Amino acid sequence: MNLIIGAFTIGLILSLLSVGMLISFKMIKFTDITVDGSITLGASTTAVLIMAGWSPWLASLVAFLAGMLAGSLTGILYTKFKIQEILAGILMMTALYSINLRIMGRSNIPMLDTKTVSDMPEQLLLQASGGETKMLLSGWQVSLIDLAVFFSSLILVVLISWLLYRFLLTHFGTVLRATGNNVQMVRAQGVNNNKMIIFSLALSNGLVALSGSLLAQYQGFADVQMGIGMMVWGLASIIIGEALVGKPGIGVTIAGAILGTILFRLLIAIALRWGLNPNDLKLVTAAFVFAALVAPGFFKSYSQKIFKSRKHA
Amino acid sequence: MLSIKGLSKTFFPNTINEVKALRNVDLTLEAGSFTCIIGTNGSGKSTLLNAVAGTFVPDNGVITVDGTAIGGWTEYQRAKLIGRVFQNPFAGTAAEMSIAENIVMAMRRGQSRPLTRAVTTQAKKEIADKVCMLKMGLEDRLDNPIGTLSGGQRQALTLLMATWLKPKLLLLDEHTAALDPKSAAKVAELTRQIIRDEKLTALMVTHSMQQAIELPDRIVMMHRGQIVEDYQKEDKKRIRVPDLLDTFDRVQKKELFDESVMQLLAEQYV
Repeated sequence: MNLIIGAFTIGLILSLLSVGMLISFKMIKFTDITVDGSITLGASTTAVLIMAGWSPWLASLVAFLAGMLAGSLTGILYTKFKIQEILAGILMMTALYSINLRIMGRSNIPMLDTKTVSDMPEQLLLQASGGETKMLLSGWQVSLIDLAVFFSSLILVVLISWLLYRFLLTHFGTVLRATGNNVQMVRAQGVNNNKMIIFSLALSNGLVALSGSLLAQYQGFADVQMGIGMMVWGLASIIIGEALVGKPGIGVTIAGAILGTILFRLLIAIALRWGLNPNDLKLVTAAFVFAALVAPGFFKSYSQKIFKSRKHA
Repeated sequence: MLSIKGLSKTFFPNTINEVKALRNVDLTLEAGSFTCIIGTNGSGKSTLLNAVAGTFVPDNGVITVDGTAIGGWTEYQRAKLIGRVFQNPFAGTAAEMSIAENIVMAMRRGQSRPLTRAVTTQAKKEIADKVCMLKMGLEDRLDNPIGTLSGGQRQALTLLMATWLKPKLLLLDEHTAALDPKSAAKVAELTRQIIRDEKLTALMVTHSMQQAIELPDRIVMMHRGQIVEDYQKEDKKRIRVPDLLDTFDRVQKKELFDESVMQLLAEQYV
């Protein structure tokens, strides 16, 4: 049970990564690899600031802003210097690797027994239970602290997603979504499309970095390697989410990305439990994304073939 | 309203593909006038329109809209003054977004985009009232993605969007060329109606001689990057399609003669 709650919690934390990538990947249709670097950036800044005695909330906010800065730099490389989108992301990601090492001063910072953003709800729940640290939940023994972390992540993710949803429905958000749809139209409406791209990438990477920040606080460490393959991970989650909810309005799409991340995390947890070698995780993720990208087209052409052969018969 | 002076543009200069798209073009449009540019392929008519819209930077020349020189303005800055409808009926709208969302964006063309809800009930009512005018039944489908509509419907909406806030200048780039004849006629009629009712200054490029005769009150003919004919007022009223075709022939023959003479000279002396 604790394992499942853990998987849910990590799923929730990583859903900020997927929701952030939703902005770049789906809204402005920008394949942004900065993600691999900015999630680590969020973790490294948070780790250093919390170890230096900062409030975890403030540290998370700084992580968010640092992610925004990284994203906007990718946007500037793409718009002002006309570097291809993939290459702009790769350059930023590579630069961030060194920057993260510089920030941390070494490749790994453990943060055991430090404050995190879930301290307050943990204490509240412990007080409410009268000092008990475990409780029975439909026959399973559950750690109250785990439960508190889970619920605080849930509240945070729901709040941020709701804010994002409201934002995307504003005049500004509408133009942002149109930028990925038809750049010529957006320009003809008097909007600086380059600014929209830079802002979108900033917001996207800000959320990704926030996800990294919370992940570091939850896991109790920041590692310079933790971002590798995270973009593909987010992509897999978005694809699962889309398969779950289809392609309706923005609100449902965001909810789908969150559900997709949690489901993907659960699948991975189960696979690891069944004996999947953790070293194979990235390969499995990549294979999954490949299958998800190719399968719809394959089935389409397959059914067309059947249809054709029937026609001839 | 629009004044163009000495506008020139050479694409790929000093290469084998060099194209003198515009050669020292002068054109002045009076406020509330509707002018049509006709010409053969490659005559520079679309290039002229794009120069005004700001999609490229001309080599020389001054463009003034409503007394403001807009030479240094970017394409999106010019959208404050200029409404545009493109040849591609899908270019003027965002396919995945709803009719209402598309129009809401046009309702603030060239203005700030605040962080308030875009598609409000009030905005939707306003949109429904105006979309009614198209008589396409779209007022009941405001929440549908605009990509589900036909090219003609999308072009009609683009026209409505370009003129929602009265532009100082309306640019129409062969906006009926890619439509089926029935939709083309409908969009052309709508164009005439909107320009007349709103008293807009409009510049239209067309391949259709019929449209050039019927819609505007002035016809400008371009050839090889230059304005070769300009039919205004009484001239415009008198002119018919065969006259335009004759002029085309004359212009082309003259050029044929020029070229063959050049060739002859080249063969003799080089």
